[in-house]
Amino acid sequence: MVELRLYLAQRISAAIMAPLVLLHLGVMIYAIQGGLSADEILARTRGSSFWGGAYGLFVLAAAVHATIGLRNIMREWWQMTGPLLNGLSWIFGVGLLVAGLRAVVAVVGTA
Amino acid sequence: MKPHRGQPLYLAFLLHRLSGLGLALFLPFHFYVLGLALEGNAALDEALNWTAAPMFKIAEFGLVFLLAVHFFGGLRLLALENLPWTDRHKNYAAAAVAASFFVACGFLLRAF
Amino acid sequence: MTGSVLDAITVSVWRGNARQGGFEDFQVPQQPSQTILDVVTWIQRHLDASLSYRFACRVGMCGSCAMMVNGIPRWTCRTHVNKVMQDNRLSIEPLRNLPVIKDLACDMSEFFEKWKRAEGHFGGKDSRTQPVAAISPTNSARQAAAAAIECINCAICYSACDVVAWNSDYLGPAALNRAWSLQNDSRDRRQAERLLAVSSAGGCLQCHSQAGCATYCPNELNPTASIAGLKHLAAVGFLQKKSRDRHG
Repeated sequence: MVELRLYLAQRISAAIMAPLVLLHLGVMIYAIQGGLSADEILARTRGSSFWGGAYGLFVLAAAVHATIGLRNIMREWWQMTGPLLNGLSWIFGVGLLVAGLRAVVAVVGTA
Repeated sequence: MKPHRGQPLYLAFLLHRLSGLGLALFLPFHFYVLGLALEGNAALDEALNWTAAPMFKIAEFGLVFLLAVHFFGGLRLLALENLPWTDRHKNYAAAAVAASFFVACGFLLRAF
Repeated sequence: MTGSVLDAITVSVWRGNARQGGFEDFQVPQQPSQTILDVVTWIQRHLDASLSYRFACRVGMCGSCAMMVNGIPRWTCRTHVNKVMQDNRLSIEPLRNLPVIKDLACDMSEFFEKWKRAEGHFGGKDSRTQPVAAISPTNSARQAAAAAIECINCAICYSACDVVAWNSDYLGPAALNRAWSLQNDSRDRRQAERLLAVSSAGGCLQCHSQAGCATYCPNELNPTASIAGLKHLAAVGFLQKKSRDRHG
């Protein structure tokens, strides 16, 4: 049953993200003082399996969670149905996942 | 706004949905900027220089608020759907907004 | 009688049918302890006999007189004019989210269809030859059922709900609230098919806890809480089944 699986995926991804959001809020509030700089951010993340793991998981969960939420909005507020609704949802979800994982590689990679 | 939408838990729903929508629309942009690091530190720095502008810091304050309020509101919803019912949800919804404002102000104070 | 003469009320009443309609204004004299149902009845008796509306008990027991009063669904027999009137004006419309038959009378068919779709009826295994089921009043399931049982199908919650407005499949607060009361009835034997019915597309999972239903239910029921309970049952049921399927 699709709706129940989507509902659970959204709640479970939310639960996974809860500690990661706290971590991210903490990092943001810590890092913003004195302005943002690439050197400061990347010194923290480059080569770090901790940040790679944390942000990788964050991206995966966020892609699932945001897509299902957006799908609800498209269905309820913009009255989309069927292939259009599901097609757009897939495009957004996969796009966000790819872009997000690319961003994680960008800040964690040491190439 | 239609009269039946003026009550607290409806507003909490609206805030949760709109904050989620805002965050979902922000994320692609956020991932794009971070992806600039693939081109080296300088490429990312060029983008980050925009964030020094005061208007930008106000915008970031808004984003931090959206994330915090969606987070606290989401915790309230997980409780609503899994724990025994309590009549305190209006209070929790208000507390979520207050806590989020507090967190976002913490960010803003350090940003300036 | 001392005191000033009360000003007449300007009442905007929705007139029309399923295809078209609009508001028509009437001037109605104000009276002490006047209810919205009094106002509608006065219009029909003194100004326009063609006005169609529905009522029965007129004492707040049957729910037949439910209409939108200034945009809020209410029992008109229990709504006092002086509590809701603004600047001597009122607006009265048929219940939202239901098709109009004529003027203030709406078609309740889909409301009852959804009640049935939610498996909102009891199915036990005992007959009159068995002893009466012994269910303690302090039993928590019994209390959960009791808290949800007083629904009289007035459709105010259905009208208050935006998810009903946005999603024609959505079963709605009343049907789901009844399903919850039955899931908590230990004599019932239809729990499995009912849980499936309420956790499919259009079921409890679609609720966004806007709580319009709980805010406006004249019997002070809380379908938001009932639906939250159904969500939990659905989630637990699914995860337990997954675990059983995996572990044999």
